[in-house]
Amino acid sequence: MSRRLDTINAQPPSTLHMAATLFQKVWDAHTVRTLPSGQTQLFVGLHLVHEVTTPQAFDMMRQHGWKVAFPERTFATVDHIVPTSSQKRPFLDVMAEEMMSALERNCRDAGISLWTPDSGNQGIVHVIGPELGLTQPAMTIACGDSHTSTHGALGAIAFGIGTSQVRDVLTSQCLALDPLKVRRVEVNGRLNRGVYAKDVILTIIRRLGVQGGVGFAYEYGGTTLDAMTIDERMTICNMSIEGGARIGYVNPDETTFEFLRGRRFAPAGDAFDRAVAWWRQMSTDANASYDDRVVFEAAAIEPTVTWGINPGQSVAVSEPIEAAPDDEALAFMGFSNGSKVQGTRIDVAFIGSCTNGRLSDLEDAARIVRGHHVAPHVKALIVPGSQAVSRAAEARGLNEVFIEAGFEWRGAGCSMCLGMNPDKLEGRQISASSSNRNFKGRQGSPTGRTLLMSPAMVAAAAIAGEVVDVREMLEGVPA
Amino acid sequence: MSAQPPVPSPQPPVRAAAAVTNIAGRGLPLRGDDIDTDRIMPARFLKAISFEGLEGHLFEDDRRANAAHPFNDPKYAGASILIVNSNFGCGSSREHAPQGLARAGFGAIVGRSFSEIFQGNAAMLGVPCFVAAPADIDRLQGLIEAKPETTIEVDVATGRITAASTVVEASLPAALRDGFLSGQWNPTAMLLDHFEDVRAVAARLPYIRGF
Repeated sequence: MSRRLDTINAQPPSTLHMAATLFQKVWDAHTVRTLPSGQTQLFVGLHLVHEVTTPQAFDMMRQHGWKVAFPERTFATVDHIVPTSSQKRPFLDVMAEEMMSALERNCRDAGISLWTPDSGNQGIVHVIGPELGLTQPAMTIACGDSHTSTHGALGAIAFGIGTSQVRDVLTSQCLALDPLKVRRVEVNGRLNRGVYAKDVILTIIRRLGVQGGVGFAYEYGGTTLDAMTIDERMTICNMSIEGGARIGYVNPDETTFEFLRGRRFAPAGDAFDRAVAWWRQMSTDANASYDDRVVFEAAAIEPTVTWGINPGQSVAVSEPIEAAPDDEALAFMGFSNGSKVQGTRIDVAFIGSCTNGRLSDLEDAARIVRGHHVAPHVKALIVPGSQAVSRAAEARGLNEVFIEAGFEWRGAGCSMCLGMNPDKLEGRQISASSSNRNFKGRQGSPTGRTLLMSPAMVAAAAIAGEVVDVREMLEGVPA
Repeated sequence: MSAQPPVPSPQPPVRAAAAVTNIAGRGLPLRGDDIDTDRIMPARFLKAISFEGLEGHLFEDDRRANAAHPFNDPKYAGASILIVNSNFGCGSSREHAPQGLARAGFGAIVGRSFSEIFQGNAAMLGVPCFVAAPADIDRLQGLIEAKPETTIEVDVATGRITAASTVVEASLPAALRDGFLSGQWNPTAMLLDHFEDVRAVAARLPYIRGF
């Protein structure tokens, strides 16, 4: 066993005897060389592909006669443009169908595995990667999507990239990057009832700012993170980019290993035990130093909602909007200084997205919804993050809970998080949304407004018809 | 995932890009912090399999909502240097945003700060994003608003920005700067240069070896 470990040790000698973070160890293990520019040529262990940011990359490759270098390290699905009311082909939207066909052609020509809606494994790329066990600790992962940071929940170093970089990864399986600093973001203690991972990350972004993470990888830890499920850690890592950090990760632990055990692409049998040994070895050393460290107390975090046009503009639901200097945001949203988000009448409730579209999110929402009905003026959507999430939820009868309460139960995809399919806000509608961005126009209407919150808070808002404190609705609900 | 590392076929050679040493032209001041890529290029324009025509949709929703938006103002027509404030290009990694700007003729962007992904994506298109002090950004924006005909010159090697008698010092990450100067701002060729090293890294990674 120990000899085997020696032979699989992928760290270059330079870091063997120095305390280091997982980020530094993974970076070193994947470094091909230092480029003449001074940047690092970094090997990408897993490349995830979707339909929106890749067709131009494949076109550029065809123009040059380049082939996909490592098709077996590349996996694709369709998520942004898929309709969620019916996924029957051809899609009614001609452009969506053209994008789907282009993805199918590109994957077929290159020998890349693609999960279409017919496969039973389709879903949001950041939901299916972990679900299938493709995402593993100490991997480098790239995807033409800024929410690739999600995969850090399993201890991967995962980069969101642009289309030209997608071309580079397809062609060379590498990226040219500058190393990042590492900020330890620690959350300690027990979260109060009604406070979820979403509230934790919104609070972190509120304090550190939407560009506070530029130049950093965020290493999340502390006893709160230790106690979290992988789903919860994914919600946190997912929104790292909303705080400016391209990468967020949590060191792998028993929770991570148990999550991965038995998944389709995870190592099996003895290989799994050897993998665990390597994953432990690649984790941050106890005496590692960080470029920065910030600490949060879980008990001080409250159910949180955004009031503005970036994810850093949030308040605890019970608080009034503080003296906000951003008049543009207040005017766009129709709020003023001193007003409360609580009590805001909503038009749409959206539960889904790579932030909060997993089974546990639907369970949290269903716990609130059971025995209630959506307010008559609210259009309420449940969009599972993947077909597997959808099946698991249906096996538990959650779809019936939601449908009986007046929610629409949809197919898997990104849907109203960014409105690239038919699911869009109309006019100045206000949406209570479990997604990740409240940018102007984000949910498909240029004047539409988004209030970000946890799935449980969205469920509560759907029922009340206005933003409420979910803790009030949890009274009497069994934990 | 096979246990044996694959042996990729050698790729045809890459054409060298042109060096980007200086950018000169008229400026366009776009005030505001945290301007995200959804605003630069709304998602509905991503529903296409090419980048063609994106220059026609830059800030489309902001421009409709605000007739006085600088991208609507004919006095800035033909500008090639964009002057922005902080955290420009935050949010989505969509390259469609810098593609639209590059295709509209912008050769450089100067701002207080940028999202990392945006700055990297713009660099891949040969468009440097320079960082300057807030007071200098304000001076440049004010100058261009008052005299839009002013020619702005950006020297990549020194980061010096000259606009009539105003001179501002700006900076680029060293690797990006050197890449622009040497014509290696598109790293594909470098990444393919030592492909045996790529194979060697793949061959020693436990998860590729099957543990």
